[in-house]
Amino acid sequence: MSEKKKKLAIIVHSGTLDRLFCVFTLGSTATAMDMETHLYFTFWGLSMLVKGAMEKAGLPATYKHMEEQLKKKLKEMKYPTPYEMLKRMKASGLLKIYACSPTMEMFGIKKEDLIPEVDKIAGAAAFLDLASDADITLLV
Amino acid sequence: MVDKIGIDRELDCLGLYCPEPVFRTRQELDKLAVGQVLKVIADDPAAEEDIKRLVKRLGHQILQLRKERDHFQFFIKKIR
Repeated sequence: MSEKKKKLAIIVHSGTLDRLFCVFTLGSTATAMDMETHLYFTFWGLSMLVKGAMEKAGLPATYKHMEEQLKKKLKEMKYPTPYEMLKRMKASGLLKIYACSPTMEMFGIKKEDLIPEVDKIAGAAAFLDLASDADITLLV
Repeated sequence: MVDKIGIDRELDCLGLYCPEPVFRTRQELDKLAVGQVLKVIADDPAAEEDIKRLVKRLGHQILQLRKERDHFQFFIKKIR
């Protein structure tokens, strides 16, 4: 008998390192706890799905002066990078990644520009449909 | 007096912070057979509550949680 898994749905709007850590810390924990995790990337978040972009993510302008210090500390803490977390989550089989199609057009991003872990290019109806029966829904 | 608990695997999470102890504990639990025991050592103050909730959520059992001066030791039995 298969049990219905809990479901977490997050709209990833931001493309800064601090917020990506929120997304992937919660997401990693959710997959570890056997929750299906659905991440819908839009706007600045979507731009992080372009190959090589997530590795270059930094802090927002207000906290830019702390970026170098933070990155050094994260390394000392042996903290995985957001993209490393994403790949680990993907290996769990519980992570689905959606890319927002109008944002791709706005930013001139093509499907082949995106990291291979993206599952689907989708719109608002797809997110609302899966969020409507999610147990937790967040906007980051 | 400390009870002797037989362990099948051990995971060292000293110096690691959330979500690492939880994520790595799940990875190690996946490598165990039902009935086997995983020992996890962690010093993230969040680990006590987080690992208890992870284990409960996954339907396994904490046989014992030892609180040492500067770290926790979890003995987790895989139930399913």
